[in-house]
Amino acid sequence: MAAADATREDLLSVDLASESVRQLNQLLHDAREPRRVRVLHPAGRHSIAVGIDAPHEVEIDGHVGYYCAGMNKLASVRVHGNCGVGVAENMMSGTVTVEGSASQSAAASARGGLLVVHGDASARCAISLKGAEVVVRGSVGHMSAFMAQKGALVVCGDAGEALGDSLYEARLYVRGEVAGLGADCIEKEMRDEHLEQLRELLERAEIEDVGAEEFRRYGSARELYHFHVEHLGSY
Amino acid sequence: MCGIAGLYTKSPALQAQLGEHLSSMLEQLSFRGPDSAGVAFYREPAPAGSCKISLCAAHGEADWDAIGAELADAFEGASPPRVRATHALFVVDADAEEVQGWLAAEHPELRLMSAGSSIEIYKEAGRPGDFVRRFDIERIDGSHALGHTRMATESRVTTEHSHPFSTGLDLCLVHNGSLSNHNRLRGKLRREGIQFQTDNDSEVAAGYLTWRLREGASLEQALEGCLSDLDGFYTFAVGSADGFAVLRDPIACKPAVMAETDEWVAIASEYRAIAVLPGAQDAVSWEPEPGRVYSWGTTLVA
Repeated sequence: MAAADATREDLLSVDLASESVRQLNQLLHDAREPRRVRVLHPAGRHSIAVGIDAPHEVEIDGHVGYYCAGMNKLASVRVHGNCGVGVAENMMSGTVTVEGSASQSAAASARGGLLVVHGDASARCAISLKGAEVVVRGSVGHMSAFMAQKGALVVCGDAGEALGDSLYEARLYVRGEVAGLGADCIEKEMRDEHLEQLRELLERAEIEDVGAEEFRRYGSARELYHFHVEHLGSY
Repeated sequence: MCGIAGLYTKSPALQAQLGEHLSSMLEQLSFRGPDSAGVAFYREPAPAGSCKISLCAAHGEADWDAIGAELADAFEGASPPRVRATHALFVVDADAEEVQGWLAAEHPELRLMSAGSSIEIYKEAGRPGDFVRRFDIERIDGSHALGHTRMATESRVTTEHSHPFSTGLDLCLVHNGSLSNHNRLRGKLRREGIQFQTDNDSEVAAGYLTWRLREGASLEQALEGCLSDLDGFYTFAVGSADGFAVLRDPIACKPAVMAETDEWVAIASEYRAIAVLPGAQDAVSWEPEPGRVYSWGTTLVA
């Protein structure tokens, strides 16, 4: 592995067949300048590229295990493969792109940034979403956006059972079938501001063959929770 | 947490390395289940009119040669024992159920691990890596195999509490998860004549499948029955002479990944256990949907 003080232009390769995940993550944490890093032979290992706090560009060649790019801040992480549970969980900012499919709890509790999944995402996608944006090219599994509080989930395919159960204020856009809506989740009118948000998200996700008009919007009926804006200071 | 692994060979060329590949899978899953490990291999079907019996001397050593001689006397004939650590395998020239009855009467100190025409179950407390070496799992060939690594939550760590559990002739179950209604269901199944060796929750799921199959259900029907009759979390893999089936609970509490190439089909708790297989990088891999029965093998769900 090269020294941590190289420049961004140098493409670093880290082969996980010979280096440990801990060595890779330490390098990503220690680098003072933004770096371009290619990760080889991930072989389903957990916790790859977690906790980055710099605008690095990380490319991962293959399938990864749990919590890939968790807590990501500023970095752009691209997985050329599938992800295990909890990709981009608690992401703060930056972009995480999955070219394959993602397992459960993708972008769980994520506060900011963008997660793009070009395949499907399974159950509990965007659970407890707190402000991040999630675009799924395929379909999502059951209980997606459960208790989501803020942010947006865009699903170009179908959504499983109990979409948006106990939802707070996140915006959900689904292009295909919704197997069922969760408690307090309802279909809502698609206004210009929503179409604009959709267009922008699809563009950032580099999805060009899907139109914003093809989606329906879902959100909270606001009958299940009782937080009042005038009491905001008390919470 | 526990780990599940299953490997089904589509090409005969892979059969000689089945044990080697399943061992690599178990090693990847050992941190999910450091308490005990076990395997079920399907291989070398016994000749017509004979059966294979896998036994364990759970409470001490057994004189396997003497038991082999007794079996040969009691029936038309029996192979010498093939001993693997604490287990021994016999091929007996008789019906499997007759042999089981004889063993229960004559050798109640022995534990029956499996019975059938091609199944061989080996399992033991201890770390999966130690188990693999002690039982020389890497050198077992076969058409398909299931494996399990256990992190005990519900009950004790013993050989009998380890997976796979036999669920009838040539059938076995491995389980990742926990069941909530196993106590009451065990009582009901006992009244139906199903026998249990332990207080383990997974053994109740195995007993449930045994009972449903005995009552005439297909394996697919029996597995679908789990969705309504079992309360709890589970990813199950069920092995039969022809292949294996997979079922996850409707909430999908426990992980599972499947993958397929022209050479093999695999199931594992995590992708990292599939990544060690030849050609994994080019395999089609996916996450099985909750509440849906997946199966490989011609007559498995006929």
